[in-house]
Amino acid sequence: MKIELGKQGVLVTTIEELYNWGRRSSIWPMQFGLACCAIEMIATTMARYDLARFGAEVFRPSPRQADLMIVSGTVTKKMAPQVVRLYNQMAEPKYVIAMGACAISGGPFKQGYNVLKGIDRYIPVDVHIPGCPPRPEALMQAFITLQKKIDGQHLTGEGRPRFLDAEAQGEFPVPVEGEHDLEPTSNKGVWPVPVVIR
Amino acid sequence: MRKLGLKTVEEIKAAIEAAVPGAEVELVPNPSPSGQHSLRLKPDRAVEVARFLRDELLFDYLSNVTGVDWPDKEIAEKVKVTRTVTKMVDGAEQAVEETVEETRKRVEPGCLEAVYHLYSVALKQGPLAIRLRTVNRTDQAELPSLTPIWRSAEFQEREIFDLFGIVFTGHPDLRRLLMWDGFKDHPMRRDYVEPDDFEWEPTAHDGVLARTEAHGNRDQGSGIRDQLAKAGQ
Repeated sequence: MKIELGKQGVLVTTIEELYNWGRRSSIWPMQFGLACCAIEMIATTMARYDLARFGAEVFRPSPRQADLMIVSGTVTKKMAPQVVRLYNQMAEPKYVIAMGACAISGGPFKQGYNVLKGIDRYIPVDVHIPGCPPRPEALMQAFITLQKKIDGQHLTGEGRPRFLDAEAQGEFPVPVEGEHDLEPTSNKGVWPVPVVIR
Repeated sequence: MRKLGLKTVEEIKAAIEAAVPGAEVELVPNPSPSGQHSLRLKPDRAVEVARFLRDELLFDYLSNVTGVDWPDKEIAEKVKVTRTVTKMVDGAEQAVEETVEETRKRVEPGCLEAVYHLYSVALKQGPLAIRLRTVNRTDQAELPSLTPIWRSAEFQEREIFDLFGIVFTGHPDLRRLLMWDGFKDHPMRRDYVEPDDFEWEPTAHDGVLARTEAHGNRDQGSGIRDQLAKAGQ
Protein backbone atom coordinates (compact mmCIF):
# COMPACT_ATOMS: atom_id res chain seq x y z
CA MET A 1 0.00 0.00 0.00
CA LYS A 2 2.73 2.37 1.06
CA ILE A 3 4.86 1.38 -1.89
CA GLU A 4 1.90 1.63 -4.23
CA LEU A 5 1.09 5.10 -3.02
CA GLY A 6 4.73 5.99 -3.29
CA LYS A 7 4.65 5.04 -6.96
CA GLN A 8 1.79 7.49 -7.40
CA GLY A 9 3.80 10.23 -5.76
CA VAL A 10 2.07 10.11 -2.40
CA LEU A 11 4.31 9.80 0.63
CA VAL A 12 2.84 8.02 3.60
CA THR A 13 4.72 7.60 6.82
CA THR A 14 4.24 7.40 10.55
CA ILE A 15 5.43 9.84 13.14
CA GLU A 16 7.68 7.10 14.50
CA GLU A 17 9.35 6.46 11.18
CA LEU A 18 9.78 10.12 10.49
CA TYR A 19 11.15 10.72 13.96
CA ASN A 20 13.60 7.82 13.77
CA TRP A 21 14.65 8.84 10.27
CA GLY A 22 15.49 12.25 11.61
CA ARG A 23 17.32 10.85 14.61
CA ARG A 24 19.43 8.38 12.70
CA SER A 25 20.29 10.56 9.75
CA SER A 26 22.12 13.32 11.52
CA ILE A 27 24.14 11.78 14.32
CA TRP A 28 26.89 14.24 14.97
CA PRO A 29 29.78 12.75 16.87
CA MET A 30 31.72 14.57 19.52
CA GLN A 31 35.19 15.64 18.57
CA PHE A 32 37.47 13.97 21.05
CA GLY A 33 39.89 11.09 20.92
CA LEU A 34 41.73 9.27 23.65
CA ALA A 35 44.43 7.19 21.99
CA CYS A 36 45.52 5.52 18.76
CA CYS A 37 41.93 4.51 17.89
CA ALA A 38 41.29 8.22 17.44
CA ILE A 39 43.63 8.17 14.44
CA GLU A 40 41.41 5.55 12.81
CA MET A 41 38.37 7.61 13.74
CA ILE A 42 39.93 10.64 12.05
CA ALA A 43 40.72 8.52 8.99
CA THR A 44 37.08 7.41 8.90
CA THR A 45 35.90 10.98 8.67
CA MET A 46 38.35 11.95 5.96
CA ALA A 47 37.80 11.76 2.21
CA ARG A 48 38.73 8.12 1.70
CA TYR A 49 36.11 6.63 4.03
CA ASP A 50 33.92 9.72 4.48
CA LEU A 51 31.68 9.05 7.45
CA ALA A 52 29.67 12.11 6.39
CA ARG A 53 27.89 9.88 3.87
CA PHE A 54 25.98 8.36 6.78
CA GLY A 55 24.95 11.60 8.39
CA ALA A 56 27.85 12.08 10.75
CA GLU A 57 28.25 15.38 9.06
CA VAL A 58 30.50 17.30 11.39
CA PHE A 59 32.37 16.54 14.56
CA ARG A 60 31.26 18.97 17.21
CA PRO A 61 33.84 20.20 19.67
CA SER A 62 31.16 20.90 22.28
CA PRO A 63 29.24 18.13 24.06
CA ARG A 64 26.12 20.32 23.96
CA GLN A 65 25.94 20.01 20.18
CA ALA A 66 26.92 16.36 19.85
CA ASP A 67 24.71 13.30 19.65
CA LEU A 68 27.28 10.52 19.60
CA MET A 69 30.26 9.90 21.78
CA ILE A 70 32.86 7.71 20.12
CA VAL A 71 35.06 6.54 22.99
CA SER A 72 38.08 5.96 20.80
CA GLY A 73 40.95 4.56 22.80
CA THR A 74 42.27 3.70 26.22
CA VAL A 75 40.28 5.16 29.07
CA THR A 76 42.68 5.66 31.94
CA LYS A 77 41.33 5.86 35.45
CA LYS A 78 42.41 9.48 35.52
CA MET A 79 40.43 10.22 32.34
CA ALA A 80 37.27 8.24 33.16
CA PRO A 81 35.61 10.92 35.34
CA GLN A 82 36.06 13.45 32.55
CA VAL A 83 34.54 11.07 29.99
CA VAL A 84 31.50 10.51 32.20
CA ARG A 85 31.19 14.24 32.82
CA LEU A 86 31.30 14.95 29.07
CA TYR A 87 28.64 12.31 28.52
CA ASN A 88 26.47 13.93 31.16
CA GLN A 89 26.85 17.27 29.42
CA MET A 90 25.61 15.93 26.10
CA ALA A 91 21.99 16.67 25.28
CA GLU A 92 19.54 13.82 24.67
CA PRO A 93 19.19 11.86 22.46
CA LYS A 94 22.74 10.64 22.90
CA TYR A 95 24.55 7.47 21.93
CA VAL A 96 27.89 5.88 22.71
CA ILE A 97 30.16 3.76 20.55
CA ALA A 98 33.00 2.10 22.45
CA MET A 99 35.73 1.79 19.88
CA GLY A 100 38.61 -0.63 20.22
CA ALA A 101 39.79 -3.25 22.67
CA CYS A 102 40.74 -0.70 25.34
CA ALA A 103 37.43 1.13 25.40
CA ILE A 104 35.37 -2.06 25.57
CA SER A 105 37.44 -3.98 28.11
CA GLY A 106 40.79 -2.38 28.92
CA GLY A 107 42.45 -4.28 26.08
CA PRO A 108 46.14 -5.03 26.44
CA PHE A 109 46.30 -2.81 29.52
CA LYS A 110 43.50 -4.63 31.29
CA GLN A 111 45.46 -5.85 34.31
CA GLY A 112 47.34 -2.60 34.67
CA TYR A 113 46.92 -0.31 37.64
CA ASN A 114 45.82 2.70 35.65
CA VAL A 115 43.37 1.63 32.94
CA LEU A 116 39.63 1.32 33.27
CA LYS A 117 38.34 -2.10 32.29
CA GLY A 118 35.84 -0.82 29.78
CA ILE A 119 33.90 2.44 29.64
CA ASP A 120 30.62 0.48 29.85
CA ARG A 121 31.23 0.32 33.58
CA TYR A 122 30.07 3.91 33.89
CA ILE A 123 28.00 4.89 30.86
CA PRO A 124 25.57 2.91 28.69
CA VAL A 125 27.27 1.81 25.47
CA ASP A 126 25.17 1.23 22.35
CA VAL A 127 27.75 -0.44 20.11
CA HIS A 128 31.03 -2.12 21.01
CA ILE A 129 33.73 -2.52 18.35
CA PRO A 130 36.57 -4.93 19.03
CA GLY A 131 39.93 -4.43 17.33
CA CYS A 132 43.27 -2.92 18.12
CA PRO A 133 42.63 -0.50 16.54
CA PRO A 134 39.49 -1.29 14.50
CA ARG A 135 39.72 -0.36 10.84
CA PRO A 136 37.60 2.51 9.52
CA GLU A 137 35.27 -0.06 7.96
CA ALA A 138 34.61 -1.43 11.43
CA LEU A 139 33.72 2.02 12.72
CA MET A 140 31.38 2.56 9.78
CA GLN A 141 29.83 -0.84 10.48
CA ALA A 142 29.29 0.20 14.08
CA PHE A 143 27.76 3.46 12.91
CA ILE A 144 25.33 1.63 10.60
CA THR A 145 24.54 -0.79 13.41
CA LEU A 146 23.68 2.17 15.61
CA GLN A 147 21.46 3.61 12.88
CA LYS A 148 19.65 0.27 12.56
CA LYS A 149 19.23 0.17 16.30
CA ILE A 150 17.67 3.65 16.27
CA ASP A 151 15.43 2.67 13.36
CA GLY A 152 14.10 -0.31 15.27
CA GLN A 153 13.16 1.63 18.35
CA HIS A 154 9.55 2.39 19.23
CA LEU A 155 8.68 5.71 20.76
CA THR A 156 6.30 4.21 23.27
CA GLY A 157 6.23 1.04 25.29
CA GLU A 158 8.90 -1.00 27.02
CA GLY A 159 11.82 -0.55 24.68
CA ARG A 160 11.47 3.17 24.11
CA PRO A 161 14.60 5.31 24.13
CA ARG A 162 15.85 6.57 27.45
CA PHE A 163 15.04 10.22 26.82
CA LEU A 164 11.36 9.41 26.30
CA ASP A 165 11.22 7.54 29.58
CA ALA A 166 10.56 10.01 32.38
CA GLU A 167 11.71 7.56 35.02
CA ALA A 168 14.94 6.54 33.34
CA GLN A 169 18.27 7.60 34.69
CA GLY A 170 19.28 10.84 33.03
CA GLU A 171 22.54 11.76 34.70
CA PHE A 172 25.23 9.26 35.44
CA PRO A 173 27.29 9.60 38.61
CA VAL A 174 30.85 10.74 37.97
CA PRO A 175 33.37 8.46 39.70
CA VAL A 176 35.62 10.04 42.28
CA GLU A 177 39.38 9.59 42.30
CA GLY A 178 39.93 7.63 45.48
CA GLU A 179 43.03 6.68 47.43
CA HIS A 180 43.54 3.36 45.65
CA ASP A 181 41.07 3.27 42.77
CA LEU A 182 38.08 5.06 41.32
CA GLU A 183 35.09 5.07 43.64
CA PRO A 184 32.81 3.39 42.85
CA THR A 185 34.63 0.98 40.56
CA SER A 186 31.54 0.65 38.37
CA ASN A 187 28.00 1.96 38.08
CA LYS A 188 25.94 -1.10 38.94
CA GLY A 189 22.85 0.43 37.38
CA VAL A 190 24.55 0.65 34.00
CA TRP A 191 26.80 -2.35 34.26
CA PRO A 192 25.33 -5.22 36.24
CA VAL A 193 28.28 -7.44 37.04
CA PRO A 194 27.91 -10.43 34.74
CA VAL A 195 27.64 -13.78 36.43
CA VAL A 196 30.66 -15.84 35.43
CA ILE A 197 29.77 -19.23 34.02
CA ARG A 198 32.63 -21.72 33.96
CA MET B 1 87.14 -2.80 29.86
CA ARG B 2 84.77 -0.89 27.67
CA LYS B 3 86.01 2.48 26.68
CA LEU B 4 83.71 5.36 27.33
CA GLY B 5 85.00 7.45 24.51
CA LEU B 6 87.92 9.13 26.13
CA LYS B 7 87.63 7.65 29.59
CA THR B 8 86.86 4.29 31.11
CA VAL B 9 84.51 4.01 34.05
CA GLU B 10 87.49 3.47 36.34
CA GLU B 11 89.08 6.66 35.11
CA ILE B 12 85.85 8.55 35.68
CA LYS B 13 85.61 7.08 39.16
CA ALA B 14 89.17 8.13 39.92
CA ALA B 15 88.55 11.60 38.52
CA ILE B 16 85.45 12.03 40.68
CA GLU B 17 87.24 10.89 43.81
CA ALA B 18 90.14 13.22 43.12
CA ALA B 19 87.88 16.20 42.52
CA VAL B 20 85.14 15.72 45.10
CA PRO B 21 86.48 14.87 48.56
CA GLY B 22 84.48 12.19 50.37
CA ALA B 23 82.58 11.17 47.27
CA GLU B 24 83.04 7.42 47.89
CA VAL B 25 82.05 6.25 44.42
CA GLU B 26 81.35 2.55 44.18
CA LEU B 27 81.79 0.71 40.89
CA VAL B 28 78.90 -1.63 40.12
CA PRO B 29 80.17 -4.15 37.60
CA ASN B 30 77.98 -5.45 34.82
CA PRO B 31 79.04 -9.00 33.94
CA SER B 32 77.11 -9.14 30.67
CA PRO B 33 78.90 -8.79 27.29
CA SER B 34 77.83 -5.15 27.03
CA GLY B 35 79.95 -4.44 30.11
CA GLN B 36 78.17 -1.23 30.94
CA HIS B 37 79.46 -0.75 34.45
CA SER B 38 77.80 1.88 36.53
CA LEU B 39 78.81 4.10 39.42
CA ARG B 40 76.96 4.21 42.71
CA LEU B 41 77.20 7.57 44.40
CA LYS B 42 76.73 8.54 48.00
CA PRO B 43 73.46 10.50 48.12
CA ASP B 44 74.79 13.37 50.24
CA ARG B 45 77.58 14.15 47.75
CA ALA B 46 75.57 13.31 44.63
CA VAL B 47 74.79 16.89 43.61
CA GLU B 48 78.45 17.90 43.79
CA VAL B 49 79.51 14.83 41.83
CA ALA B 50 76.81 15.50 39.26
CA ARG B 51 77.95 19.08 38.86
CA PHE B 52 81.53 17.86 38.37
CA LEU B 53 80.36 15.33 35.78
CA ARG B 54 78.49 17.99 33.89
CA ASP B 55 80.98 20.85 34.08
CA GLU B 56 84.37 19.12 34.07
CA LEU B 57 83.76 15.79 32.31
CA LEU B 58 81.18 17.40 29.99
CA PHE B 59 78.36 14.91 30.52
CA ASP B 60 75.91 17.44 29.19
CA TYR B 61 73.01 15.21 28.25
CA LEU B 62 70.82 13.23 30.65
CA SER B 63 68.84 10.81 28.53
CA ASN B 64 66.95 8.77 31.04
CA VAL B 65 66.11 8.48 34.71
CA THR B 66 64.51 5.37 36.03
CA GLY B 67 63.71 3.69 39.31
CA VAL B 68 64.42 0.25 40.69
CA ASP B 69 62.80 -1.39 43.66
CA TRP B 70 65.01 -3.81 45.56
CA PRO B 71 62.90 -5.73 48.05
CA ASP B 72 64.34 -7.35 51.19
CA LYS B 73 66.44 -10.24 50.01
CA GLU B 74 67.20 -13.36 52.00
CA ILE B 75 70.67 -14.63 51.21
CA ALA B 76 71.66 -18.16 52.09
CA GLU B 77 75.40 -18.62 52.51
CA LYS B 78 77.35 -21.74 53.21
CA VAL B 79 79.93 -21.10 55.92
CA LYS B 80 82.54 -23.51 57.25
CA VAL B 81 82.33 -23.65 61.02
CA THR B 82 84.80 -25.35 63.34
CA ARG B 83 83.33 -26.64 66.57
CA THR B 84 84.23 -29.03 69.34
CA VAL B 85 82.26 -32.24 69.50
CA THR B 86 82.44 -34.96 72.13
CA LYS B 87 82.98 -38.29 70.47
CA MET B 88 83.75 -41.81 71.49
CA VAL B 89 87.29 -42.49 70.35
CA ASP B 90 88.93 -45.84 71.26
CA GLY B 91 86.37 -46.46 73.99
CA ALA B 92 86.93 -43.15 75.74
CA GLU B 93 85.18 -39.80 75.38
CA GLN B 94 87.31 -37.18 73.79
CA ALA B 95 86.75 -33.65 72.54
CA VAL B 96 87.41 -33.55 68.83
CA GLU B 97 87.52 -30.51 66.59
CA GLU B 98 85.29 -30.87 63.54
CA THR B 99 84.66 -28.69 60.53
CA VAL B 100 81.05 -28.57 59.40
CA GLU B 101 79.38 -26.69 56.60
CA GLU B 102 76.52 -24.59 57.82
CA THR B 103 73.94 -22.65 55.90
CA ARG B 104 73.41 -19.22 57.33
CA LYS B 105 70.69 -16.89 56.28
CA ARG B 106 70.80 -13.16 56.45
CA VAL B 107 68.36 -10.58 55.20
CA GLU B 108 69.72 -7.87 52.98
CA PRO B 109 67.46 -4.88 53.58
CA GLY B 110 65.65 -3.55 50.54
CA CYS B 111 66.02 -0.09 49.13
CA LEU B 112 64.94 2.06 46.23
CA GLU B 113 67.32 3.09 43.53
CA ALA B 114 67.33 5.84 40.93
CA VAL B 115 69.44 5.27 37.82
CA TYR B 116 70.59 8.19 35.64
CA HIS B 117 71.90 7.61 32.13
CA LEU B 118 74.35 10.27 31.02
CA TYR B 119 75.89 11.06 27.66
CA SER B 120 78.40 13.59 26.57
CA VAL B 121 77.39 15.10 23.27
CA ALA B 122 80.45 17.34 23.31
CA LEU B 123 82.93 14.47 23.69
CA LYS B 124 80.77 11.83 22.00
CA GLN B 125 80.97 9.47 24.91
CA GLY B 126 78.54 7.52 26.98
CA PRO B 127 76.36 6.12 28.25
CA LEU B 128 77.44 6.46 31.83
CA ALA B 129 74.97 5.10 34.37
CA ILE B 130 75.02 6.53 37.85
CA ARG B 131 72.95 5.07 40.65
CA LEU B 132 71.64 6.50 43.90
CA ARG B 133 70.27 4.35 46.69
CA THR B 134 67.89 5.25 49.48
CA VAL B 135 68.42 4.00 53.02
CA ASN B 136 65.29 1.87 53.03
CA ARG B 137 61.98 1.50 51.26
CA THR B 138 59.63 3.01 53.80
CA ASP B 139 60.46 6.02 55.95
CA GLN B 140 63.84 7.04 54.56
CA ALA B 141 63.18 6.95 50.84
CA GLU B 142 64.83 10.27 50.09
CA LEU B 143 67.38 11.17 47.46
CA PRO B 144 68.80 14.47 46.32
CA SER B 145 67.25 15.76 43.13
CA LEU B 146 69.55 16.23 40.17
CA THR B 147 67.07 18.51 38.40
CA PRO B 148 69.16 21.60 39.30
CA ILE B 149 72.03 20.01 37.32
CA TRP B 150 70.15 18.47 34.40
CA ARG B 151 66.79 20.13 33.75
CA SER B 152 65.58 17.10 31.81
CA ALA B 153 65.37 15.11 35.03
CA GLU B 154 62.38 17.09 36.20
CA PHE B 155 59.49 15.06 34.78
CA GLN B 156 61.30 11.76 35.14
CA GLU B 157 61.98 12.36 38.81
CA ARG B 158 58.32 13.26 39.22
CA GLU B 159 57.40 9.99 37.56
CA ILE B 160 59.72 8.05 39.88
CA PHE B 161 58.20 9.87 42.84
CA ASP B 162 54.78 8.88 41.57
CA LEU B 163 55.45 5.23 40.80
CA PHE B 164 58.18 4.31 43.29
CA GLY B 165 57.73 6.83 46.06
CA ILE B 166 61.27 8.21 46.12
CA VAL B 167 61.16 11.74 47.52
CA PHE B 168 63.63 13.94 45.65
CA THR B 169 64.76 16.73 47.93
CA GLY B 170 65.54 19.94 46.08
CA HIS B 171 63.14 19.17 43.24
CA PRO B 172 61.43 22.40 42.16
CA ASP B 173 57.96 20.93 41.64
CA LEU B 174 57.57 17.46 43.11
CA ARG B 175 54.02 16.36 42.38
CA ARG B 176 52.59 13.15 41.03
CA LEU B 177 52.93 12.97 37.27
CA LEU B 178 50.71 10.10 36.09
CA MET B 179 48.32 9.24 38.89
CA TRP B 180 46.01 11.75 40.55
CA ASP B 181 47.00 13.76 43.60
CA GLY B 182 44.79 11.88 46.05
CA PHE B 183 46.30 8.54 45.07
CA LYS B 184 48.17 6.92 47.95
CA ASP B 185 50.01 3.94 46.44
CA HIS B 186 53.15 3.59 44.35
CA PRO B 187 52.19 1.17 41.58
CA MET B 188 55.64 0.15 40.38
CA ARG B 189 56.75 -1.06 43.79
CA ARG B 190 56.95 -4.78 44.26
CA ASP B 191 54.62 -4.73 47.23
CA TYR B 192 51.90 -2.77 45.42
CA VAL B 193 48.47 -4.27 46.03
CA GLU B 194 46.17 -3.90 43.05
CA PRO B 195 42.61 -2.85 43.73
CA ASP B 196 40.28 -5.81 43.85
CA ASP B 197 38.36 -5.25 40.62
CA PHE B 198 38.49 -8.78 39.29
CA GLU B 199 34.73 -9.31 39.37
CA TRP B 200 34.45 -9.95 35.64
CA GLU B 201 37.26 -11.71 33.80
CA PRO B 202 35.76 -13.68 30.93
CA THR B 203 39.02 -15.21 29.73
CA ALA B 204 40.99 -15.43 32.95
CA HIS B 205 44.01 -17.67 33.28
CA ASP B 206 47.06 -18.04 35.53
CA GLY B 207 47.41 -15.23 38.02
CA VAL B 208 44.30 -13.43 36.87
CA LEU B 209 42.24 -16.59 37.29
CA ALA B 210 43.51 -16.95 40.85
CA ARG B 211 42.59 -13.33 41.58
CA THR B 212 39.15 -13.81 40.01
CA GLU B 213 38.45 -16.89 42.09
CA ALA B 214 39.67 -15.15 45.20
CA HIS B 215 37.27 -12.35 44.45
CA GLY B 216 34.36 -14.80 44.56
CA ASN B 217 30.87 -13.91 43.51
CA ARG B 218 30.61 -10.77 45.57
CA ASP B 219 28.25 -8.11 44.21
CA GLN B 220 27.23 -10.24 41.31
CA GLY B 221 23.73 -10.06 39.94
CA SER B 222 22.96 -6.76 41.63
CA GLY B 223 22.32 -4.92 38.39
CA ILE B 224 19.28 -3.02 37.24
CA ARG B 225 17.77 -6.04 35.50
CA ASP B 226 17.76 -8.04 38.71
CA GLN B 227 16.26 -5.14 40.61
CA LEU B 228 13.51 -4.79 38.02
CA ALA B 229 12.90 -8.51 38.17
CA LYS B 230 12.61 -8.29 41.97
CA ALA B 231 10.23 -5.35 41.74
CA GLY B 232 8.07 -7.26 39.30
CA GLN B 233 7.69 -10.20 41.66
